[in-house]
Amino acid sequence: MRHVDKTVTGLTIAFAVLFLADFFMAEWVRFIGLQSLARGAVALGLLVLWRTGLVSFGHALYFGIGAYAAAMLTLIGYHDAFFLVFAGTLASGVLAFLLGFLLRRYRAIFFALLNMAFSMILYGVIVKTEELGSTDGFSLHPPTFLGYAPQGEAVQTTLFIFTLVFTYIVTVGVHLYLKTTLGGMSMAVRENEIRVEYLGYSAEKVIHVKYVFSGLVAGFGGAIMALAIGQVDPDSMANWNVSGEFVFITILSGIGNVGATYIGALVFELIRTYAFEYAPQIWQFILGGSLLAIIMFLPDGIWSLVDRLRKSEG
Amino acid sequence: MQELIVILVDGLVFSSYLFMVAVGLTVIFGVMKILNVTHGSFYAFGAYMSATLIGAYYKTDWPEFGGFLAIFAAALIVGVFFGIILERGLLRFLYHRDEHIIVLATFAMFLVLEDVLLLIWGTDPYFAFEPMSLLGSVDIVDLTFDVYSLTLIGLAAIVGLGLWLGLTKTKWGKLLLAVIFDREISQAMGINVTVVFTVTFVIGAIMGALGGAYIAPTISVSPGIGVEVIVLAFAVVVIGGMGSIPGAMIGALLVGISRAAAVHKFPEIELFVIYAIMAIVLAVRPEGLFAPAQARKI
Repeated sequence: MRHVDKTVTGLTIAFAVLFLADFFMAEWVRFIGLQSLARGAVALGLLVLWRTGLVSFGHALYFGIGAYAAAMLTLIGYHDAFFLVFAGTLASGVLAFLLGFLLRRYRAIFFALLNMAFSMILYGVIVKTEELGSTDGFSLHPPTFLGYAPQGEAVQTTLFIFTLVFTYIVTVGVHLYLKTTLGGMSMAVRENEIRVEYLGYSAEKVIHVKYVFSGLVAGFGGAIMALAIGQVDPDSMANWNVSGEFVFITILSGIGNVGATYIGALVFELIRTYAFEYAPQIWQFILGGSLLAIIMFLPDGIWSLVDRLRKSEG
Repeated sequence: MQELIVILVDGLVFSSYLFMVAVGLTVIFGVMKILNVTHGSFYAFGAYMSATLIGAYYKTDWPEFGGFLAIFAAALIVGVFFGIILERGLLRFLYHRDEHIIVLATFAMFLVLEDVLLLIWGTDPYFAFEPMSLLGSVDIVDLTFDVYSLTLIGLAAIVGLGLWLGLTKTKWGKLLLAVIFDREISQAMGINVTVVFTVTFVIGAIMGALGGAYIAPTISVSPGIGVEVIVLAFAVVVIGGMGSIPGAMIGALLVGISRAAAVHKFPEIELFVIYAIMAIVLAVRPEGLFAPAQARKI
């Protein structure tokens, strides 16, 4: 009998359920869902890097590039979601590929900070560009889908299905990549890079490939986010605290499972939405407090709860 | 020529400001290997506390120049209070964890303190210009500079020199250097690393608060000042080499003068020239300009 990949099965079931749920979902639930999927994708990119022991404090760079690339294309008359998301993803991937030549030489806190430096350059450029609305950003037309131009609520329903399908493909893709030899090298690189080199693999190459992967998915997340909100602006797309939030989601999810990033993103989004709704004065307080609680009491993220449950069962 | 002098003076003032906000960060990193995002909160609390104390002081009819004492009092109160609470109450439980986790914990604390700040002082801006108007202004080649900003250069020099002397000439400083060099061995030699950590963190916090407290009279103290300053301080510290005080000074000068030049020559690149320098320096010398070489452990 062929080996069945539990993660792929789980993902397939989860996304199928969400697909069906789209027809019954309240509008605000769908909106939170869309944002969670977008942020979850970026966290997925961070997870890929984290497996190697690298943390980026600047992934708002790729998120922002993805979002702004998609948004800028709408300015010159392109509105097709397929094209916009593809372009956003590709733009981030290309940038990650180029910066990767430099960044793959760095580890630990230097890697994290160099990423942040690049993301702040993007932030600086956007803030100073009047054509892109400077700090206010600009809003987007509702997207079309291969000639189908939905109106009203149908825009979000269609976008949700569109996002689900592509997130599914991206997530399974990343999962399968992590299971290849190249992907599996990550733990080895994290544990002992020098020995990996002695065995004849190039640690830098492993990291570079990972970096491009993480840039691609982060750009994908950014493009989706731009379409979901219908608006791009530097402070919620490219500033350094946005990068911090992505790392937060990754910690929240734990790095054990690719699907967990979306659960982490959903939890993050819920905390944020409800904190903002019911305690607008102290929503950052609640967000920071939850993060501290996770770090203190659930160091391996939400997914470790699942593992604990499994262990107690048998 | 005239423009050059203006750029230089402007740059020096801005460099001193950068040095003041970055030096606390670099001291904490050097000793504890913690990249402390909460530094932005120390700065913001310092600024608010200073604005409040100055405001209160000038309601009394005490001598005018005493207002400067309010600035230093604000820095001390904020630094000691938050330094001890954060180090004893939070960070010491995380020392054995991954360095990224500690950064994230300080980021979480930063978010928490941002709202605490709003709860205490609200969203309205505060102004405390009395010390600044007290010193008046001076003309340097046709351009008017306020004297208060120029005193910032002196303060930065005193702080820098003081820290450097304290570190290299006193017994305490030498203990600190030993801990920086090798934490485990110093502990084995009988240095109380726990106390060293607490004291270092409090000193770093006071420095951060002093940066905010001293700058408060020249700005409108309003929400969000912490977010801006933290990336600036990061950039300076990273350029100079994390943990190096002379490095912070060089980094501050480099960034400050380039920014002043950009402001006068090409205002549109003002914001990202700082990060561009940071990226270039990191690309060429990843440990920063002044960081000591580290042995690679296999």
